[in-house]
Amino acid sequence: MVRILSVVNKMTRKISLETYFYVLPALFFLFSFLLYPTLHTFYLSLLNQDSSSFVGLSNYLYLFTHRETFLVFRNSLLWLTLFTVTVVGMGLFLAVLSDRLPYEPVIKSVIFVPMAVSFTAAAVIWRFVYLYRPEGFLQIGLVNALLAYVGGSPIAWLVDLKVNNFALIAAGIWMWTGFGMVVISAGLKGIPNEVLEAARVDGAKEWQLFWHIILPMLGPVLVVVVLTLMINALKVFDLVYVMTFGNHDTDVIANRMFKEMFTFGNFGRASAIAVILFLSIVPVIILNIRRFRREERV
Amino acid sequence: MRRLSREISRGSLHLTIIAICLVWLLPTLGLLVSSFRPKQAIATSGWWTTFKTPLQFTLENYWEVLFQEGLARSFFNSLAISIPSTAVTLFVAALAAYAFAWMKFPGRNVLFILTVGLLVIPLQITLIPVLKVLTAFHLTGSFPAVWLAHTAYGLPFAIFLLRNFFMNLPRDLFESAFLDGASHLTAFFHILMPLSVPSLAALAIFQFLWVWNDLLVALVYLGGSREVAPMTLAISNLVSSFGSEWHLLPAAAFLSMLLPLILFFALQQYFVKGILAGALKG
Repeated sequence: MVRILSVVNKMTRKISLETYFYVLPALFFLFSFLLYPTLHTFYLSLLNQDSSSFVGLSNYLYLFTHRETFLVFRNSLLWLTLFTVTVVGMGLFLAVLSDRLPYEPVIKSVIFVPMAVSFTAAAVIWRFVYLYRPEGFLQIGLVNALLAYVGGSPIAWLVDLKVNNFALIAAGIWMWTGFGMVVISAGLKGIPNEVLEAARVDGAKEWQLFWHIILPMLGPVLVVVVLTLMINALKVFDLVYVMTFGNHDTDVIANRMFKEMFTFGNFGRASAIAVILFLSIVPVIILNIRRFRREERV
Repeated sequence: MRRLSREISRGSLHLTIIAICLVWLLPTLGLLVSSFRPKQAIATSGWWTTFKTPLQFTLENYWEVLFQEGLARSFFNSLAISIPSTAVTLFVAALAAYAFAWMKFPGRNVLFILTVGLLVIPLQITLIPVLKVLTAFHLTGSFPAVWLAHTAYGLPFAIFLLRNFFMNLPRDLFESAFLDGASHLTAFFHILMPLSVPSLAALAIFQFLWVWNDLLVALVYLGGSREVAPMTLAISNLVSSFGSEWHLLPAAAFLSMLLPLILFFALQQYFVKGILAGALKG
């Protein structure tokens, strides 16, 4: 065994130059397309719209002091909370309940399918679901037709300021619930049956089982799901871009950045938005690194 | 009595779950039905009425969107973007993951922690500088621009995933190969690759769908040209030209979903494997 190890060691030391052949292509991509651009965007965010002069923090100041951009942050916060909470809740609900059903795989497939299609296609799907005709006309969108059927008046889901953000978030929830369900369900299968059986023998009711055993044991899985969803809530772009283009107060961070970049041609402000998006994700980056180092040590 | 109440609660459980599944299916089903309806019908009545009147199904929307609106071209553009982006990502990531898993070299830990750190980086923060660089090299508006970008954006996850898979391969295999005088290159191609087919497949599906479904990267680096637009971009252009081509949207959207749906149903276990490996480890 010692001899084997020493041979392996010699091998690995001898080829230390060869190593770079394996890592260099990856490093080239990571540095030139991720690392350097990130740093450069920080710098650009301190410059004016065509990056010709230094303006300090005034891009940031602008973003936080104007109604239009303030709304962008409000909406992203709404996505962050409502989207995340609902997807985790629905995922947990579906995973726990369907766990006892013989046709669980079918349910999983049905709920999971939207994950496979593009946000663009999903946006088209939901534009049709939300179609609106003024009151008195025949409703051809599913939701408004149902509303009309029960005697309500139609709602312009994507235009009405009271509901449009929620309508967009609902489409996001439709897409992502499958993710929550599948991951949580995998975590559920990891809970040893003996633990549950023992508790049942001791007379625990099903809901006690859920609160005192299943939920605590799912803890780590739920954390991962929540973090993944939060990141995706902050980064949401395509859905909003295709469904409303951020009009009628539905703009979110990623879409606004795109607008500043291409519609208004303001690279300074676009960069500042990107930096804010990046900074809001930094805690997750640190958490990921910490968790990785802990796992490697074990 | 107790049994009866249990039966009832079991029945309501089935009902709830089935109702939710219906809610999840209806939007997509509606799109599919709409895509086969005549232009006039789409504009004047809901898709569910199709089943009441004598059936009026047509393929006209598909022909029109494929050949007059150029979605056929976009379909091939999507392939031309997705396949190389996936292949290059897999190859570059596999090389790096092999080194991270089975080689010792100075800086290994730092570089790998860097990769982990880049896992969740929002690609928005890279858009402007990368766009500037690509423009300087006259690459914007061409496939290589998105090949390069997608490879870079897919790499952190790909390296991370593959390294985890590679590290779990039996150590003896590599040790005995090295004892027999095998080089790393031999080990990589003759031991690692054949053993990793399932994980490579999982990653390939993942990356392929990611690129196929992407809108943002295409929008920023390819611009408005129809010649190179993938399906997502073509559809989003159709949406903004709302009005005259409105009846083509369901057919267009469904065409863009076709390949992902086939991949998903044919290779579901790999797809889920990729999601789980990414989510539970990353």
